[in-house]
Amino acid sequence: MDPTTRTQQPIVTGTSVLGIKYKDGVMLAADTLASYGSLARFRDVERLIKVGGTTIIGASGDISDFQYITHLLEKILIKESNTEDGHQLYARHIHEYLGRLMYGRRSKHNPLWNSIIVGGIKDGEGGKFLGFVDLQGTTYESSTIATGYGSYIAQPLLRKAVEGREDSLTEEEAIKVLDDCMRVLFYRDARSSNKIQRATVNASGVTITDPYDLETEWGFAESIRGYGATD
Amino acid sequence: MFAYEQQQQSSCPVKAPVEHRFSPYTDNGGTTLAIAGDDFCVIAGDTRQSEGYSINTRYAPKVYQLSNGAVLATGGMYADGVTLVKMIEQRLEWYRHAHAKEMSCGALAQMLSTILYHKRMFPYYVWNTLGGLDEEGKGAVYSYDPVGNYEKHKWNCSGSAGHLVQPFLDNQIGFSHQREKPTLTMERVVQVTKDAFTSATERDIYTGDYLEMFLVTKEGIQKTLTDLKKD
Amino acid sequence: MFRNQYDSDITIWSPQGRIHQVEYAMEAVKQGSACVGLRSKTHVVILALKRSPGELASYQKKLMRIDDHMGIAIAGLMSDARVLSTYMRSEAMKSKLMFDRPLPVYRIVAAIGDKAQVNTQRYGRRPYGVGLLVAGYDDAGPHLFECAPSGNFFDYYAVSIGARSQSAKTYLEKHFESFADASVDDLITHGLRALRDTLQQDKELDIKNCSIGIVGKGVKYHSVDGEAVQKYLDLLGDGNTTTTADDGNAPADNGGAAPMDTDQ
Repeated sequence: MDPTTRTQQPIVTGTSVLGIKYKDGVMLAADTLASYGSLARFRDVERLIKVGGTTIIGASGDISDFQYITHLLEKILIKESNTEDGHQLYARHIHEYLGRLMYGRRSKHNPLWNSIIVGGIKDGEGGKFLGFVDLQGTTYESSTIATGYGSYIAQPLLRKAVEGREDSLTEEEAIKVLDDCMRVLFYRDARSSNKIQRATVNASGVTITDPYDLETEWGFAESIRGYGATD
Repeated sequence: MFAYEQQQQSSCPVKAPVEHRFSPYTDNGGTTLAIAGDDFCVIAGDTRQSEGYSINTRYAPKVYQLSNGAVLATGGMYADGVTLVKMIEQRLEWYRHAHAKEMSCGALAQMLSTILYHKRMFPYYVWNTLGGLDEEGKGAVYSYDPVGNYEKHKWNCSGSAGHLVQPFLDNQIGFSHQREKPTLTMERVVQVTKDAFTSATERDIYTGDYLEMFLVTKEGIQKTLTDLKKD
Repeated sequence: MFRNQYDSDITIWSPQGRIHQVEYAMEAVKQGSACVGLRSKTHVVILALKRSPGELASYQKKLMRIDDHMGIAIAGLMSDARVLSTYMRSEAMKSKLMFDRPLPVYRIVAAIGDKAQVNTQRYGRRPYGVGLLVAGYDDAGPHLFECAPSGNFFDYYAVSIGARSQSAKTYLEKHFESFADASVDDLITHGLRALRDTLQQDKELDIKNCSIGIVGKGVKYHSVDGEAVQKYLDLLGDGNTTTTADDGNAPADNGGAAPMDTDQ
């Protein structure tokens, strides 16, 4: 009999996900790169998904674990809608479920290697929700959240732009803040790409953009010395 | 051709792939405190949740008002704390179903020790402080280590600034090294608690953002939120 | 009671297309004392008539709390009811644990229907000998369900089960149109009147034999028992006599220990 094996490290990975609250709802952003170690292995993997009619989630970390989680959520949502009793799972419930799932797996020393941002309509009463879950089952809510490198590089920028303005930041401003942060991440995070997606939940429902390219400026690289270029 | 290969030598050595060894534990920081008076009890905690040098969120409450009227302050690993409180609430609910009354504070204190010790070989990484009123209406404080060792006292402070605040409480609440030992009013205890947390915030990077206090009297439980420094 | 040779096994159909063992289980519900339930747009009330085996004994509890948003009333085998209520309570807790959400009422009722159905189809099993009224309040509003041993369940504006429950149903059918906008006190008054109609001629409602369970918008499930019931009995205000005569068809629910009369 083969010994049971457990996840000891992530294999194909996605990098940072960003999330903010804004005037009309919540917005998430992530790039579409799936890396194999330092190799940019898959360049068109979508890491933001819709969960039911009022929730979006975005994941960094192991891509196969995330696709497994996606599959579990789909199963639960199908069962939920089949009951046809007028109840539905809102962002708060999805967040709680993911928290229990991740904590349960870490307690078996067999984690799902992800950090996940959950955004959407809080519950039946409405309201905005933005929450975080990671591989140890740590959960929290905040008006700005960033995973991975984003938590060091983008989170301070997001907090400066959003904290105290959760109910006045316009959609255009929210888009600009996220695009700018994703651009900074692309400049600084070697496992990132400039091909990104944004997902939005507001009163009109869930929208996830097609992947699009961020404009970048590399002219300054000409003057940099010591990283391969020779004088 | 050979020259080309030499140029590949980088002055900044590329690090070998980072080894990820999974740890089921993390420390989310934070400080909790409880003080028993003659006919009241004050239980408090800051609301910052940290991981490493990052602040996850400024408001993640770790002091919980339990359904039997006791208040439990948890510090250490946030996910373990959340799980522990959920387990306790289930046990309180079964107790209500079986006995049609609320569990007393003393019974809960013993039960919490048992729950913690049952996970002796894979402990909940949580330092608990339980506060409430005993059967005679007197303030009661119990403190625990992660594996269920517990003790009843009049005041306690645990968590990341526990070692900073405890001697302060010994002096201001226990009146050690003082001639006068006046009776403590709730107003005095609340003021000492606020001073303890504002001072702890100055010295401990894991304490800050907000102070959440629960004031327990026989009339009921009052919850207050006070600002702390956010740096 | 022996209808024919097709009634000794749960897995055998009769040529008339009936499963007699299931029907016998339904009879067990009628042996238990009556329970009444009724709902408005915002609240649900369940009431039960409690019985005692004699003056030396206490009265058997008929209402159980499942969670803050749900309670049940029971008619039939109490021991079966305890199994079901334990199941309901743990499902309610699981919902809070996994989704931080009160268990939707319809789902637990459907789950009980599924559990009951298995017992009507598998060899070596016995159907539950208990009927339930499930009162609950959730995001979809107030709910009142009846669960039967057959696995059937129904959603009601007002309903009654148990001994002589037909008399209560007659009362409820006459008045249910006013329940939608009724206050909680009005619901209870109607419920007590309906419950009173299930009494035998020489019996009266009193604080010892009545239980009331209430749940609704902004009101956690709680039961009213003992002295606290007097306030509602006083609301009846018409001398506390039955409004309809004994219909004579319902099984006698006192005198001699009926074999299935086990909720005492």
